[in-house]
Amino acid sequence: MADPTHSDPKLISREKRKTVGDITVDNPRMTCRNVNVYYGEKQAIRNVSLDIARNEVIAMIGPSGCGKSTFIRCLNRMNDTIESCRVEGEIIIDDVNIYGRDIDVVPLRAQVGMVFQKPNPFPKSIYENVAYGPKIHGLSQSRAELDEIVETSLKKAGLWEEVKDQLEHPGTGLSGGQQQRLCIARTIAVSPEVILMDEPCSALDPIATARIEDLIDELREQYSIVIVTHSMQQASRVSQRTAYFHLGDLIEVGKTTDIFTRPKHQLTEDYITGRFG
Amino acid sequence: MGLAAILASLAFLSLLFISIIGKGYTAFWQTYVRLDVHLSADQLDRTELETADYPGIVKKTLRSMFPEVKSRGDKRKLYALISSGAAFQIREMVLEDPDLVGKTVSVWVPADDDVDMLVKGHIERDVPEEARRLTDKQLAWVDALTGEGRVEKRFNRTLFTHGDSREPELAGIWGATVGSFLTLAITLLLSFPIGVASAVYLEEFAPKNRWTDLIEVNINNLAAVPSIVFGLLGLAVFLNFFGLPRSAPVVGGLVLTLMTLPTIIIASRAALLAVPPSIREAALGVGASKMQTVFHHVLPLALPGMLTGTIIGMARALGETAPLLMIGMVAFIVDIPGGFTDPSTALPVQIYLWADSPEKAFVERTSAATLVLLAFLIVMNALAVVLRRRFERRW
Ligand SMILES: Nc1ncnc2c1ncn2[C@@H]1O[C@H](COP(=O)(O)OP(=O)(O)OP(=O)(O)O)[C@@H](O)[C@H]1O
Ligand SMILES: [Mg+2]
Repeated sequence: MADPTHSDPKLISREKRKTVGDITVDNPRMTCRNVNVYYGEKQAIRNVSLDIARNEVIAMIGPSGCGKSTFIRCLNRMNDTIESCRVEGEIIIDDVNIYGRDIDVVPLRAQVGMVFQKPNPFPKSIYENVAYGPKIHGLSQSRAELDEIVETSLKKAGLWEEVKDQLEHPGTGLSGGQQQRLCIARTIAVSPEVILMDEPCSALDPIATARIEDLIDELREQYSIVIVTHSMQQASRVSQRTAYFHLGDLIEVGKTTDIFTRPKHQLTEDYITGRFG
Repeated sequence: MGLAAILASLAFLSLLFISIIGKGYTAFWQTYVRLDVHLSADQLDRTELETADYPGIVKKTLRSMFPEVKSRGDKRKLYALISSGAAFQIREMVLEDPDLVGKTVSVWVPADDDVDMLVKGHIERDVPEEARRLTDKQLAWVDALTGEGRVEKRFNRTLFTHGDSREPELAGIWGATVGSFLTLAITLLLSFPIGVASAVYLEEFAPKNRWTDLIEVNINNLAAVPSIVFGLLGLAVFLNFFGLPRSAPVVGGLVLTLMTLPTIIIASRAALLAVPPSIREAALGVGASKMQTVFHHVLPLALPGMLTGTIIGMARALGETAPLLMIGMVAFIVDIPGGFTDPSTALPVQIYLWADSPEKAFVERTSAATLVLLAFLIVMNALAVVLRRRFERRW
């Protein structure tokens, strides 16, 4: 099949694909500059630059296959596990380029945590699920301290009241929504600064989704959150800024309200008005 | 069509079982004869109890029971009714309790295998004397003993406590069972850790390049190599080159390790591959290193599958004969092996040896030993199934 970029007249010009809107913020948590990602020969992300602010929720939207997952997986180097994947450019957190030489991904992944699309608790007890991260990072000196971390993490994830009497039960025995909140608690337990969420609600029913969305809003007070979502309603409900991706390009970034009410780029407008995607 | 095939194979299987059980179950009973043995002090010198003439005592007892037997030939025929094991049994008894000397004790001793066969109905009485293994006189003596209530079929403990013997009534599978156990212990001890380690390395850590591809192809091919080839390899390498002892469980274990390793590696890799990627992502996502991910999460989840594969590999090793023949575990060995370097044999080899023996009594023992082997195999396979059921998880 022909490369879709060539069959779509709007995309032929390189100019048209330059990011519209302000990619920078004051005092950013993370800074990405000229990020290119390749799977083997194939380029999945083209020259993306974007700042992640503190205490904000930034939503990544765009049609399927446009590279949203690829991009957020760069932010904690989860792409390292894919052999064919190669990343170019700079991603800076605390003045350090995470793709620089001699970077240890272990502390990075504690600093930039991740919640996945499908809830994936360990097949262990609820307690163990949350305690695992702090244990391997040596965040607690004693059992009491660990108990404390588990409790506060579960409380922050809004799960404590439901599970406090069954901490020894397997995490896999919870409902889908509870499992996802357990995964959020597990991520919070290692005190990250940024939380990446790749379509965290796509496997959940509307009520569980609403709970997670409320939770995301609360978590914003302490963390930066990058969320990938296919639901534009969700993006507009939870996020302050939105980034629109299209075939590997970052097309437009801006305040969520602006993006959804007066998009500047034609492609963004087509997408949010449901003309494709 | 498929159903017919399954039914046919089930029919054959049950036929096999029925025939083996039908032939073998009689071996679990053995004919014993009660003798009233007088342990006279003249024949048993208290200072030399170990070397006394116990066969003589048995013979004297028999003579006193049938005083009408006079000629030498007849006497020999009479003695032949009782197993040569009777003398050993009395010796053990006396050595254990020297105070028995001077008393008359009533003991049940094993009958000769021909008498056993007669009692079990395997020797026909109405064929001409020359075509029978027992003469008319011997038949009469056995009938006389039976009439006095001195002949009885009892549970054949010998079969489960003794090593091999030239005399069927004294032959047992314990020696072979211990040999098999020692051999399998070595096999398990070597093949499980090595197999699991190789699988973990190949599946989780090894780079994908020409070398690892080559190794992978070779492992898959090794799994299909006929087992006797491993026996030849063992003969050439372990016996001739390293000079390890012949007929020893160590060597048997090493050879069977070579044979089972590919099976275990393949099963273990499949088990690792079956661990969902989401678990690895979850672990990596909270900052676990590759090592921690593998050892804390992937390996525990894959272990039941690995164990299942190992048990099935071990079951195959337990039933293996050919490679053991090559390294001399086919020798006639009476003693129960006491260690990994003692000469020994193994259960399937014992079956092979007995199946080759002319005595009729070995026929039923062959079937009985096969039954025991099958029982072990069924238990091992059931264990594998239970493990799989028990640890099967839904992610
Ligand atoms: N492991 C991989 N190997 C090769 N190509 C990949 C791999 N993962 C993703 N890609 C390709 O990279 C491009 C971007 O994929 P990505 O998963 O980032 O899209 P996405 O925006 O997250 O899509 P979706 O909304 O469906 O999740 C796609 O064209 C995809 O085919
Ligand atoms: Mg995706």
